[in-house]
This record gives sequence, C-alpha cells and structure tokens, in this order.
Amino acid sequence: MYEGIAASPGIAIAKAFLFKKEDLVIEKEEIAAVEIEREKEKFHQALIQTRGQLENIKRKTEADVGVEEAAIFGAHLMILDDPMLIGEVENKISEDKLTAASALNQVITNFIQLFSNMEDAYMKERAVDIKDVGERILNNILGLKGNTLANINEKVIIIAHNLTPSDTAQIDKEYVLGFVTEVGGRTSHTAIMARTLEIPAVVGLGKDISSIKSEELIIIDGDKGVVITQPDQGTIQKYQERLEKFKSYKMELKELLDSPAKTIDGHQVELAANIGTPRDISSVLENGAEGIGLYRTEFLYMDRNEFPSEEEQFEAYKTVAERMNGKPVIIRTLDIGGDKNLPYLQLPEEMNPFLGWRAIRFCLERKDTFKAQLRAILRASAYGKVKIMYPMISNVSEVRQANTILQEVRDELERENISYDKAIETGIMVEIPSAALTADIIAKEVDFFSIGTNDLCQYTIAVDRMNEKVSYLYQPFHPAVLSLIMKVIQSAHKEGKLVGMCGEMAGDPLAAIILLGLGLDEFSMSASSIPHIKRIIRSISLEHAQSIARQAIQLSTAEEIEDLMKKTLEQLGG
Amino acid sequence: MLKQEVVVENKLGFHARPASLFAQTASKFKSEIFIEKNGNKVNGKSILGLMTLGIPQGAKINLLVEGEDEEQALKELLKLFAEKFGEE
Repeated sequence: MYEGIAASPGIAIAKAFLFKKEDLVIEKEEIAAVEIEREKEKFHQALIQTRGQLENIKRKTEADVGVEEAAIFGAHLMILDDPMLIGEVENKISEDKLTAASALNQVITNFIQLFSNMEDAYMKERAVDIKDVGERILNNILGLKGNTLANINEKVIIIAHNLTPSDTAQIDKEYVLGFVTEVGGRTSHTAIMARTLEIPAVVGLGKDISSIKSEELIIIDGDKGVVITQPDQGTIQKYQERLEKFKSYKMELKELLDSPAKTIDGHQVELAANIGTPRDISSVLENGAEGIGLYRTEFLYMDRNEFPSEEEQFEAYKTVAERMNGKPVIIRTLDIGGDKNLPYLQLPEEMNPFLGWRAIRFCLERKDTFKAQLRAILRASAYGKVKIMYPMISNVSEVRQANTILQEVRDELERENISYDKAIETGIMVEIPSAALTADIIAKEVDFFSIGTNDLCQYTIAVDRMNEKVSYLYQPFHPAVLSLIMKVIQSAHKEGKLVGMCGEMAGDPLAAIILLGLGLDEFSMSASSIPHIKRIIRSISLEHAQSIARQAIQLSTAEEIEDLMKKTLEQLGG
Repeated sequence: MLKQEVVVENKLGFHARPASLFAQTASKFKSEIFIEKNGNKVNGKSILGLMTLGIPQGAKINLLVEGEDEEQALKELLKLFAEKFGEE
C-alpha cells in the first residue's frame, strides 16, 4: 500500500496502464542552404495543424467539461502564436541550418529549463504547458501521432509521471477509471481535471509509483489518497462492495436530482431545504432542493455584541435570494427567546421560557429591531423570490399587527424609492395548537402556512423533549398531532392557500406518505434528506397515499401509526 | 520611436496575467513593441518573453514602441499599467 495525496474522491479497481511518454529523441540534424525555406515551411505547416487541433480540443472541452477548464487551451494557443518562440525557431533554421524539428526541440528545451528553474510555483507549472504545446508541434512536424490516451479500449487506471491538459482532454471516462501520478498536488491540473470529470485520483505518489507493474490489478482510494498493489481476495471484495455502494448511491442521486417529486399518478409536491446561513446553499443545490422552506435568521444575531445592522442582514438575505436564482426562499423573522437568548439582549429570567416572551411576541414590542429586519428582507426581495414568515403566531391579531408593521416598512421604502417585490407573500409558522385550531380564520389573512412540528408536538402533548424523564411522550405520530396537521391543511386548501412543513417530521421517511396523503404541498427539511424523501414520493400514487393516511388517522396510538408506516415502506421497497 | 519609463505597481509584479494582457494588447498594433529591463530587451508581443523577464513589484522598465500606430499603442499600454492590469 502506498500513500499519496487524495486528489479526487471515489474508488477504482482496475488494471494499471503505465502511460510513459518517451521523450522524443531529436538528433541534431543540419541541412543545406537550399533546404532552409522548405524547413521553415514545414514548421509553419505544423503550426497551422497544431492550431486546428488545439481549437478542436478547446471546443470539445468547452462542450463536454466547461469553459473554465477549456481556458488552458486558450493559453496554449497563445504560446503557439508567440512571436519570440516562432522567431527563435526560424532563426535556428536559417542561421544554424537546423531541421525544423531540431530547431524547435532546442528552443522548447531552453524555455522549459528557464521556467522549471523559476521559484514561483505557478511559473514552474507553465513549463508543463510549454512542453505540452512543444511536443504537439514536434509530433506534427514529424508526422507522428504522439503518445496518446485516446486509444485505450479497456477499463484501466492510468499511472503516469504527470498528465498534461492535452492528455486529459483525450480521456474516455468509459475506460479510464482512475489516475495515479508521481508528481502534483491537490491544485495540479491532473487533480482539478479528475474532480471535474469525477474520476478518483491519487497524485504525488513519488518514487513509489515505479513499484506499480503494468497490467497488474490495483485499487485506488481517492478519499484517502491510497494505492493498493497486489490486493488479496478479501481486500478486493471489501473495496468492491464500497465501490458498488458509492456507484449506486451516486447514480440514484443523479437520477433523482433532475426528476420532480411527483407521484406515480402525477401529483407533484415541492421539496425544499431548511438553512441557517448562506453557506448552506451549496448543499441545498447539490441535493436538488426546489426552494428554501425555512431560512432561520437567528444565526445572524448570535455570537456578537449588538444587533446586526439592516445592511448586514440585507447582504445575507440577498446572497441567498440570488443564489437560489428565482426559486422561493421563505425567510423566518427573528425567533429569539425561549431557549435561544442573545448576550446583548437582557431577556428576563422566566418561569416558563417556552410559553414566554419570544419570537413574534418580542418583535411586536421591539418594533425597531423588527422593522430593520423587515426592511432588509423587503430590499432583498428585489433579487429573487423571497417570502416572509412570522414564527410563534397564536392568534389572528398577531398576524394583523405584524402585517401593519410590514405595511409601514413598505410605505417607507416607497417614499425612499427603494425597489422590492410588491407581490411578496407573507405566511406564518403554525406551531401553537391555538393557531392550528383557528387555521380557517388565519388562512384568510396570510398567503401560506408552514407547520413547525417540533414545537407543535411539544405544545400539543405538553412535553419537553429535552427532559429525559418525559421525552418518550414526544410523539410526532400522536393522533392529536396528525389531526391538527390535517385540520391546518384542510383549512388552508379551503381558502386556496398552500401548506408547507418545516419541522423534522417533513424529512422523516416514515411520515412522508401520510403527509402526502393529507395533501401537504411543500416539505422542507435538511438538504441531505431530500433524495430519500423524493424517492418515497416517486414510488407511490397519491390515491394510495390518501388511503394510507385515512387508515393512519383512524388508529388510536402513535405506535400503531408508526407500525403501519413501516409496513407500507417495506411493501414499497423503500 | 517612443520610449517611456514605467513602474510596475502590481503586487505580484509582472506576473502571468498582466503579461498575457500586455502581450494581447501589444499584438493588436502594427508597431514593434519591446520591454527593456536592466539591458534585457524582449518582444512585448511575446508572453513567453515577458514571463521570463521576471519583473517584480516596484521594478522600473522601459517601453519601446516604433511604427505607424506608435502613439496609440503607447497610450493603451500605459493605461494598462495605470490601471494595474485590473488587479488590486
């Protein structure tokens, strides 16, 4: 086992293909004076041919891989056109009476030496580019095909000293399962290309690379940066299993990523993600979320000594809106108090913090704080599809008060000529039983609901789930909780409003079918749960889900409901 | 022929990116363009030549421009230096 640098994740098991680039041996060859023009012509023909090849590779890379990855060939074209390079070669042909090949060989060798000796790592890397272009021209002068990876037609792992852009541009992913190189680091061309092409790679293996024999079966682990030679049967089997798992996981993820969360009979729901900071967006997009169902803004207020400025908040909200590129982003206004205190905010000690001065109750009193946040959210709404959500609503009056303050802020922005989305939607989090039970009244005054199951459970069952003595009572499948969820969905739908869920239950595979059957429109969860929930939704019909939900609602205990759901999932093969 | 002394103010000196921008701009003109540093003279249209000069921040170099469009060429090239090649 040899250790190198983990350059690109994944596992490959295949035969080693030793890719040796024999340095072209160019004899110094002199010519007669009459041949000078012919050799110059040969050189220029080779330049034209090389330009055609590079432009092709550049186009192909742009199309297959990406514009950024293709830029390297733009740099190669500049080297090809370099007047100093061309001038020196012509000079050597006419003054030193060398053949085109040996003239070019000398000039390129000089440049490579010059750049390899530079201290700057970036400049050193350029020697590789000059060598790459030079060899290409040389092969064209000599009418050779050159050493190429293009003809590989069986599954292999490439073992090389280093791979140049010209090498990697020829790779067929069907056959090339991995790379191992002697030199290079995580930012070398080989490493970057491997990650872009999603091929496992270990680079910088050093002299150990010479221990790898041609055609022998090897294993590379791109996560750990390890190469295993002469693996025994057990090791092969172990890695084979990991490989299969990795493969099927990736395939499924890819397949799921682009498909909608649609039931067999065509009913579509929205799968969204919960986030805390703009940093979470990458994983949101990677998992194929169709929106942000809950942006918790508390993190902006934590770990500091004063309230964040409107500007600071605006920047964060705007970043999220822009990166979601028109997909809905539900921003929840400050949900502080209860167990979430702020150091600069001297909240009084309370007997029952969860029943006390928190969230919207705090915001309605601290109007300045609330207004600064609403202003920041409204301003960000000009950059994407932003929605506002008030937490901890217990009655319709609170919604009205919050909306009045929102209207004041809107009027201010109008007066100041600051743009915002005039059709911005506002909704509430349904997490208090009194709001759930009066959902029909509240539905008339909001654009959407989002059910917060964590608090809803806690308030409905009167249980603190952090208290080990009673946490067993915390049951999202409690018939009372399900009945409240059903009531909220029905009330909203009667008013033509959509209902989402942003509590943990939305990402629970056992709950997915009941929620689907009850008519939930949007499921918002941690991004990594999305593929799993999507798979479940795509495996069932709405009609079937509805009949399961009807059965579940008739049952007497949470345990019975959970059993029913486990059985249903097993039958679906999930 | 026009000759002008300039100081390279880019943090990383006359690095790969400024060099390629300079060579690209220089190549647009008919004039012959050279950069001279400590008596070493390279073709200003050659990215390889420019990079091998290894010009650090604060270095003084001479621009030499000769040809029918020399005035316009010098003006545009000086602008690149004044704007620090778009870098900080």
